[in-house]
Amino acid sequence: MRVSVNTELCQGHNRCYALAPELFDVDDYGTAVVIGDGTVAPDLEDKARLAVANCPEYAITIEDDAS
Amino acid sequence: MTEIDDHIDDHIDDHVDPMSVSYGPVDDWANDLDHADPEYNRRAHEIWHDLREGGCPVARSDRYGGMWAPLTHELIKEVAYDTDHFTSQGVIVNRGRPIAPPPVGPAPPITSDPPFHQIARRLLLPPFSPKRIEAWEDDVRDLCRGLLADMGDLEPGQGVVDAAVQYAQHIPVNVIARMLGFPTTDDEYFRECVHAFLERVNEPVDAREADGPHLDVYLDRQIDEHRANPRDDLTTFLLEAEIDGNKLSHAHVRGSMVLLLIAGIDTTWSAIGSAIWHLASHPDDLERLTAEPELMPFAVEEFLRAYAPVTMARLVKDDVDFHGCPMKADDWVLLPFPAANRDPAFFDDAESFVIDRAENRHAAFGLGIHRCLGSNLARLELRVAIEEFIARFPRFSLDGETRWSVGQIRGPRELPVRIDAVA
Ligand code: HEM
Ligand code: SF4
Repeated sequence: MRVSVNTELCQGHNRCYALAPELFDVDDYGTAVVIGDGTVAPDLEDKARLAVANCPEYAITIEDDAS
Repeated sequence: MTEIDDHIDDHIDDHVDPMSVSYGPVDDWANDLDHADPEYNRRAHEIWHDLREGGCPVARSDRYGGMWAPLTHELIKEVAYDTDHFTSQGVIVNRGRPIAPPPVGPAPPITSDPPFHQIARRLLLPPFSPKRIEAWEDDVRDLCRGLLADMGDLEPGQGVVDAAVQYAQHIPVNVIARMLGFPTTDDEYFRECVHAFLERVNEPVDAREADGPHLDVYLDRQIDEHRANPRDDLTTFLLEAEIDGNKLSHAHVRGSMVLLLIAGIDTTWSAIGSAIWHLASHPDDLERLTAEPELMPFAVEEFLRAYAPVTMARLVKDDVDFHGCPMKADDWVLLPFPAANRDPAFFDDAESFVIDRAENRHAAFGLGIHRCLGSNLARLELRVAIEEFIARFPRFSLDGETRWSVGQIRGPRELPVRIDAVA
C-alpha cells in the first residue's frame, strides 16, 4: 500500500499528521507531505485508511499494491 | 467602532436600511431566515433538520438586503470552493456592505479573494503551523489550571460554576493577547470588541457606531508601542513582514490584527463551552472520556463536528442562478458549516454524538482556501481545556438555564454546571 497527498487540494487541516505521524509530515505552511516515498508498512495500513477517512478536502489517496 | 466597522462606515451603501429598527422575530425559517434571531442558535439543530426534511436545501430572507442559506454539505462546499461567483469581502452578515478595495478587504486574509488571498495567508501560516503551536501547550495548560484553581473549594453536589463565564471565555482571549504581545489585563476590553462586532449585527449601523469600543484606536497604540519596542510576538512579526520586498500597509497590519483577535476568541470560547455543555448533559460520554483518555483525539473532532461554532458568509459577485435560486449581486450567502456537519446525506448517524467516530471529515474549520488559519491553536485549546476540566471535575451536570450566543458564532454564553465530583 502507498499513500499520496494532492498538494493542490490539501488546505492544511492537519488531520493526517495528527492521526498518522508515521506516514505524514507537515511543512512550515501546514501543507501535508508523505514521509519517504509513501510506502505504508502492513501494520500502518489501518492508520493510512483512518487518515484518508478524516481529510475534509479529499486530498489523500491510497494505492493498493498490484498483486 | 472597530476597524472593520470603520471600513463599513466609510463605504456604506446607502440603499440598505441603516436607519430602521432591529428586525423582529422569525416565523418562517425557510423564507425569512435570520441567524441573529436569538431563537436560531437555541434551536439550530432542529431548524436545519426541519428545513432539510421539509425539502428546503437553501433557505432565504429579505433581511440584511437579501440573504441565502444553503443547508447541505454539498451546497455549502460548492459555495466555499467557488471564489468566482462568491466573494469573501464580507464574511459577517450585517445591514451594510463593505466596499473596501478588493481584493484585500478590511481584514486580510479572511476578507481577501484570490490571488491576493494566498499572499496574505502564506504570510500568517508559519506562526500557526502545527509544530509552532505545539510549543504553546504548557502555557495553555497552566492557564486552564489557574482558572480552575480560582474557582476555589467546591462542595460536590452543591457547588455551581459558570463554565462559560468563569472558564471557557478566558482561555482563547488570554492566549491570543499573549501571542500578539498585548497586556492580558485588557481581556475584558477584547471581549467587548468581539461582542460589538459579532453579536450586534442586526442593530442599525449608526447605533453600532455610536457606542462601539474603538478597537482601531487601541490597535494603533499597540502598533506604535511595538514599533518603539520590537519583540518576539505576532505584532512585531506583522510589522516586519514583507510582500515582494515591501512592508505591509498600515491598513493590512491593523486588519490582520483585528482578524486574529476577532477570529480566535468567540469561536474557541464557543467550542470549549459547547463541549462542556455536551458532557454536562450526557453523563455516559463524560464517563467514557474520563475512563478512556485515548478517546480524546476523536472526541475533540466529534465536539467540533456536532457543535461547530462558526458560520461564515460570502457576498454574491454578480447575479447568478444557484441551483434554481435567483441570487442577486450583493446578496449575502451564509455558509453554515455547522449545518453541513449534521447533514445526513454526508455523515452516518449525523444527529448523534458518537464519541469515537472514526470517519469524520467535518467542516468546522471551513472548506477550501480559507481553512481556519488558527485551527491548530483552536484544537490545542479545546483539547487541553477539556482535559483539565474533567481531570478536576470528573462529574458535573447542567444546573439551570444555558444562554446561547446570538449570530454567526454559536456557543454557550452562560453555562451554569453543578459540580458532582471533585478530584
Ligand atoms: C474552534 C475554534 C475555531 C473555529 C471553529 C474556526 C472556524 C473558522 C472557519 C470556519 C473559517 C473559514 C472562514 C471562511 O471560509 O470564510 C476560519 C478562518 C479563519 N480563522 Fe478560525 N476558527 C476557530 C479558531 C480560530 C483561532 C484560535 C484563530 C487564530 C487565532 C483563528 C483564525 C482564523 C483566521 C485568520 C481565518 C482566516 C483564514 C483565511 O481566510 O485564509 N480561528 N475559522
Ligand atoms: S488532512 Fe488533508 S487537508 Fe489536512 S493536511 Fe492532511 S492532506 Fe492536507
